[in-house]
Amino acid sequence: MAASAPASFWRSLAIQRRVIFALLMREVITRYGRHNIGFLWLFVEPMLFTLFVTGLWSLLRTSHNPGIPVAAFAVTGYSSVLVWRNTMLRCTSAITPNLSLMYHSNVRVFDIFASRVVLEIAGASISFIVLALVFTALRWIAPPADILKVLFGWFMLAWFGAGLGFAVGAASELSEIVEKIWHPLSYVMLPLSGVAFMVDWLSPSYRAVVLWVPMVNGLEILREGYFGDAVTAYYNVEYLAAFCLSMTFFGLALIRIASRRVQPQ
Amino acid sequence: MIVLDKVSKVYGTRGGSRTVLDRISLQVARGEKIGILGGNGAGKSTLIRIISGAEMPSSGHVHHGMSVSWPLAFGGGFQGSLTGRDNLRFICRVYGADFDTALPFVEEFSELRGYLREPLKNYSAGMRARLAFAISMAIEFDCFLIDEVMAVGDARFHEKCHIELFEKRKDRAMIIVSHVPEQVRTHCNTLYVLDQGHIKRFDNPDEAYEHYASRNP
Repeated sequence: MAASAPASFWRSLAIQRRVIFALLMREVITRYGRHNIGFLWLFVEPMLFTLFVTGLWSLLRTSHNPGIPVAAFAVTGYSSVLVWRNTMLRCTSAITPNLSLMYHSNVRVFDIFASRVVLEIAGASISFIVLALVFTALRWIAPPADILKVLFGWFMLAWFGAGLGFAVGAASELSEIVEKIWHPLSYVMLPLSGVAFMVDWLSPSYRAVVLWVPMVNGLEILREGYFGDAVTAYYNVEYLAAFCLSMTFFGLALIRIASRRVQPQ
Repeated sequence: MIVLDKVSKVYGTRGGSRTVLDRISLQVARGEKIGILGGNGAGKSTLIRIISGAEMPSSGHVHHGMSVSWPLAFGGGFQGSLTGRDNLRFICRVYGADFDTALPFVEEFSELRGYLREPLKNYSAGMRARLAFAISMAIEFDCFLIDEVMAVGDARFHEKCHIELFEKRKDRAMIIVSHVPEQVRTHCNTLYVLDQGHIKRFDNPDEAYEHYASRNP
């Protein structure tokens, strides 16, 4: 049970995995406790969110497309919003409450972000899968046309959330203004993300503009996978991948800078 | 071997940047015990934080060739809303130690027993310190960082900590920082004096004390 000294790449990877898991379990217990349904809140919370929105939309019948039932549209749309939005928001101001953990030489600033990212993506993914399964079983929505494409779209949205989370999380450690500006900004991003529309419904001149929004591309992929030929999807995979990749690198670079500034008591 | 190579730390303050550590180089071999003497504001705590990895140096390198503990008897790494057991479980996961082996030791050593199932926020300061010390002893480190010589609990418990650390683990490396020469005298073979961010090594302890006394009258 000797504490390990840093060595090879694989050894470091094993340590990092262990540390991220430890942080993740700690986060689960501190956030949800051991009372009532405990860690199940991790995905029950986003599930309720999606359910309420789905209910509201069904009442208002906001879907303009006769081809897709409102429930299916809301579940795909809102679950996707949650995966990137929760992941990103959980990363803001993640370090300050955990500053004292920096005294453990194995724990790095990156690990704290990584554990939160993993936890939020897991929660949103379980919530999406459970809702999709239940709705399918109740015959409210049809099973996905192309499950691999759904997973790919989901993966891209989660990656976008992680990259943005790293960048915004690290930036929020460097300046307090970031968090204050970010919350309203993330609100504006919500309607722009394609949660309530498909690119096909817009006039061609707007389509080109709205496709600059990365999440729109991810959601279009996911919906094309889910609804197949019932919809016409517009997206640019290369653009989305390039955006996520640059955001990830940018985020990691910012984390490096923030790490140098971290100052525990 | 722990190696610090020209480590500097500069903090940005309202009055401009302040150099707290200026090109500090030192080495600690396996089993070696070094003492670092320094007055108030000499940069001792900053140095300990940099060695433990809690902070990164502004320039220079820190190489950990062996595992290093957190500053001993330090209770800040624990979460108040978690129980003593959950805190121990977290530490065991972080350091890859076996929880089932560590638990009986911590129960026994900390003398907290049933309280380990209580959240830390219900502990007294003394109970927290006992738990913190017991947990640090449950993980086997190659090098222990000791910031001042801690007083944990009453005289009897303090004696117990002393035996556990300095007698049972006398084969380990230790880095002790203090402003009291007597505290480092008994344990250390190599002495350093830290003064205004500069460090000086002494092989002869008496020279170190003299130098320290002349700088901190």
